[in-house]
Amino acid sequence: MSATTFDAAAAARRWRPPPLIASPLLRYAVYLGALAYALLALGSIEVNWTRAAEGLDRAAAFLSGFFPPDFVTKWEDIQEGLLESVTMTIVSTAAGILLSLPIALGAARNLAPLPVYLFCRAIIAISRTFQEVIIAIIFVAMVGFGPLAGMLTLAFATLGFMAKLLAEDIEDIERAQAEAVRATGAGWFSWIAWSVLPQVKPRLIGLSAYRLDINFRESAVLGLVGAGGIGDTLNTAFDRYEFGTAAAVLLIIIAIVLACEYASGMIRRWVQ
Amino acid sequence: MAEPLLVLTGLTKRYPTGDLALDGVDLAVPRGQVMALIGPSGAGKSTLIRCVNRLVEPTAGSVRLEGQELTRLSRAALRRARRRMGMIFQEYALVERLSVMENVLSGRLGYVGFWQAWFRRFPRRDIEQAFRLLDRVGLAHMADKRADALSGGQRQRVGILRALMQEPALLLVDEPTASLDPKTSRQIMRLIVELCEERGLAAIINIHDVGLAQEFARRIVGLRAGRIVFDGPPEALDAAVLTAIYGEEDWSRTIRRSDQEEDMAEAAA
Repeated sequence: MSATTFDAAAAARRWRPPPLIASPLLRYAVYLGALAYALLALGSIEVNWTRAAEGLDRAAAFLSGFFPPDFVTKWEDIQEGLLESVTMTIVSTAAGILLSLPIALGAARNLAPLPVYLFCRAIIAISRTFQEVIIAIIFVAMVGFGPLAGMLTLAFATLGFMAKLLAEDIEDIERAQAEAVRATGAGWFSWIAWSVLPQVKPRLIGLSAYRLDINFRESAVLGLVGAGGIGDTLNTAFDRYEFGTAAAVLLIIIAIVLACEYASGMIRRWVQ
Repeated sequence: MAEPLLVLTGLTKRYPTGDLALDGVDLAVPRGQVMALIGPSGAGKSTLIRCVNRLVEPTAGSVRLEGQELTRLSRAALRRARRRMGMIFQEYALVERLSVMENVLSGRLGYVGFWQAWFRRFPRRDIEQAFRLLDRVGLAHMADKRADALSGGQRQRVGILRALMQEPALLLVDEPTASLDPKTSRQIMRLIVELCEERGLAAIINIHDVGLAQEFARRIVGLRAGRIVFDGPPEALDAAVLTAIYGEEDWSRTIRRSDQEEDMAEAAA
């Protein structure tokens, strides 16, 4: 506005976009440190090229055992394992989601008082700390071999996954909408159902579909530690050197996972 | 004489940050009075109406609605008291993923139980009333549209109906025209005032637009830094008063503008 001696042209020449790290000393220290670490790390890897070359041959021999895939010989075992896996997946996903809802509400800082928040966050942390296989081993030890252990494992893992992501979505809801419904004199449950739920519903449905697909994949792994499902069938096939049957099981798993992924993608697009 | 509908005494709000938003506000609003609350941003207008229905907890002072002290109510009693205070919001604050009808019916949430609300099983006369109101504002054919499919003016009408469904005695209105164009703003203000007259409702309307406040409200209260600095009829609003409320500025155009608008409106009518 006023005619001071400010030189815009000179200021424009001097202007640079602000860097990610403001202090130049720290900036170059971080860059150099990262580079040095990468070089040292690369130098510490020992590669035995002859062993790697042998390995290629072995892998080829192993893979050739998979051909042709044999769907017929052990079809009944495959069918049984498959059914068990699907049951496990559906029951554990449904149970996990139901249990995750109250935990998610408690783990949202904008809804829950601090003690409830910390308690629910602790449950989520426990559920997410341990990989499914470790939890499965514990449940197998507790309830014995079979699909029950697998189901408990998947339900527990689903709970942590859903509660965490849902709680984050609840924390991002539009406050004004929630405030407006509260101002009508609605009770707490009605308030949740009419202002929070509509805002997080698309994410809830999308995550549920995604988790169903994860749980099916996990159910294939859990069989390896004796927690039932198609993984059991696969494990048995490997133990008996029935690579044809193993190949058939793997192909079926791939097909189902692809189908699940496609379906969950469709569902997520549809709810948006 | 009977006690006015709403009586605020020494109402004070200090936020945890230390900001004193309201500093001992005394205010009485009789039944059926439409009052505009004006003042600069941060003067405490929003805080004041939110302290009435306790969306914001007042730090000190008393709020009496229909003779009932609100500041000491239990949660359940507060919810019942809130049904008598309809609130209308700046950015409409409709639940966007619910339908227009659901948004209007949400005004009845204080009257129905959870499972009724969950399954949308509202009493027939509530639904009838909702349709009558929607028809009144020309939105009956939009009942099943999602709220975010509506224009700004339409959304604010739905927001007004949600408040009316509560069968309130008092409307708390927070910047109803802040995101609307000038023509829609006037229509919305006219609708609020008409509905208040028809139903004998009192209203506290927070508003930035001094011209609109002068035109539609019968009483104007000026708030500055949490204190009431003006309380009078719209005609008493002159440059000296505006300076007291907002600070030094050339006010001649603001005051004249509202007259001009009135002329324009008459010419258009």
